[in-house]
Amino acid sequence: MLEADGLVLGKRLAGLSAALRPGEVTAICGPNGAGKSTLLACLAGLLAPDAGRALLDGEPIAALPPRVRARRVGYLPQSPELAWDVTGETLVGLGRLPWQAAPLHRRHASAAEDALAVEEAIAAMALAGLRHRPVSRLSGGERSRVLVARVLAGRPQWLLADEPLANLDLAHAATLIARLKEQARAGVGVVLVLHDLAAAMNHADRVLVLHQGQLAADGPPPLALTEDTIAGVWGVRARWLGEPLRHALLLSE
Amino acid sequence: MTRLVALLLAALILALPLSLLAGKVWIDPFDPQVRNAAIILTELRLPRAVLALVLGAGLGGAGAAMQGYLRNPLADPGLFGIAPSAALGAVLSLFLGLTAAWALPLFALVGAGGAMALLGIIAGREGNVALFTLAGMMIASLAGALTSLAISLSPTPFAMSEIVTWLMGALADRSWREVWIAAPLTLAGLGFLWAAGRGLDALTLGEAAARSLGLEPNRMQALIILGVGLTVGASVAVAGIIGFVGLMVPHLIRPFTDRRPSSLLLPSALAGALLLLVADCLCRVLPTVGELRLGIALSLVGAPFFLHLLLKLRKGLA
Repeated sequence: MLEADGLVLGKRLAGLSAALRPGEVTAICGPNGAGKSTLLACLAGLLAPDAGRALLDGEPIAALPPRVRARRVGYLPQSPELAWDVTGETLVGLGRLPWQAAPLHRRHASAAEDALAVEEAIAAMALAGLRHRPVSRLSGGERSRVLVARVLAGRPQWLLADEPLANLDLAHAATLIARLKEQARAGVGVVLVLHDLAAAMNHADRVLVLHQGQLAADGPPPLALTEDTIAGVWGVRARWLGEPLRHALLLSE
Repeated sequence: MTRLVALLLAALILALPLSLLAGKVWIDPFDPQVRNAAIILTELRLPRAVLALVLGAGLGGAGAAMQGYLRNPLADPGLFGIAPSAALGAVLSLFLGLTAAWALPLFALVGAGGAMALLGIIAGREGNVALFTLAGMMIASLAGALTSLAISLSPTPFAMSEIVTWLMGALADRSWREVWIAAPLTLAGLGFLWAAGRGLDALTLGEAAARSLGLEPNRMQALIILGVGLTVGASVAVAGIIGFVGLMVPHLIRPFTDRRPSSLLLPSALAGALLLLVADCLCRVLPTVGELRLGIALSLVGAPFFLHLLLKLRKGLA
């Protein structure tokens, strides 16, 4: 269980509480500035709230040693910056860092376990053909999959990703979300900040709608993303078309 | 990567004895007639060669760590203001006319230590890289200004020429004493940089992702300050300012590694040692009036290299 317990942070989060369950895809939606990324970073233990706390299985996440937290919660920032032109495989391998020996820290996985986790992550994101290619020569969609694989390689119980579908074309977005859903079925708690409401509607198990740092709606997509909620939070009239799992959002004047 | 390390080690093992034979007096190992050969070798050339290896390793390693930390292939250990501050310390000892043998290295190390402390205080506990770099640049320009002030106010023309000559780094006339000062500090500094290696790897993904992988930014920053401070401070203390090694070496080595900063550290240190050994050797044998200063020679090579790098980066090929 990953919980936000009365999180307050500046003007971005105004006393937000929610309990997220593993094995589900939870989408965090809301207009720009609603506090989505801030909430995600707080849940990942990367931002310290002014008040309230984030809890991981009942334990304050701020109290966990950084490497322990890193082994349990994987986080993918919104616009990952890659400093060096490493290959896909090397990049995925960086996800194993919290498990490996470091000065003052013993290793928590054998080299064989490291290799296996990297292989599994590469397989899960269908990257076998790209593993030896430098990241500069990957397309945007391929790079996104490599970056998600980097998080998976750490075998986290939670996978928190900020806008993983941004800049992806239709096919790549569909592939990525299918892979993320597989992870959730395998027991990982998948938490995604999503701008694309149709993606949230069709693929999430649960949607949190944020508005001005507070929870405006919370529940299964059809209940959380009603046309009334969209009108109230985004300020646009919109209508859902299509059938369950194949919804599209139509804006009306 | 292990093959790269083996290759560099082999090159070093080959270059070291050859470098000992080269100089104003060439020593033919098969001709025992050269006068004072033993003294030239053990008291002049060997300490100088060892010093080149030590300082080159320190500067190469520091450069690799700096580029990893700042996530920029154009970063150079000089950016943090540690080298200019160490130089300021050394210049002050010359300015004050202190003649004791320990005065200059001690003052230089105090200068480097001062810069390290200032960096730590200004950058604060956040471990923010941008703030850290700006603090370093501020310290560098302040130390540079104070050095110029010392030159312009120097009490005698002799002191002025001594300062100016010293600022152009060199390894000429260095003895085992300098080796004993620089070697332990450089080794300790390289140890800190080695400890920073995995954190530098995490930084490949940016600061936020690195923190999510368990990186502690303030601890990382402390390791970098100590590592770069000790290696660069030790090098300035015994040889003056030797620029561009830390910039060029990691860049030349990177394509032969998997490009993770941690796998660049050891090869860069070895290649830095090799570069400085060969460059110093060339300075010794080039037929110039008086010996070409090592610091000048490296800058003459380094500046066009930097320009080449910039143009390459502009084309997005680096």
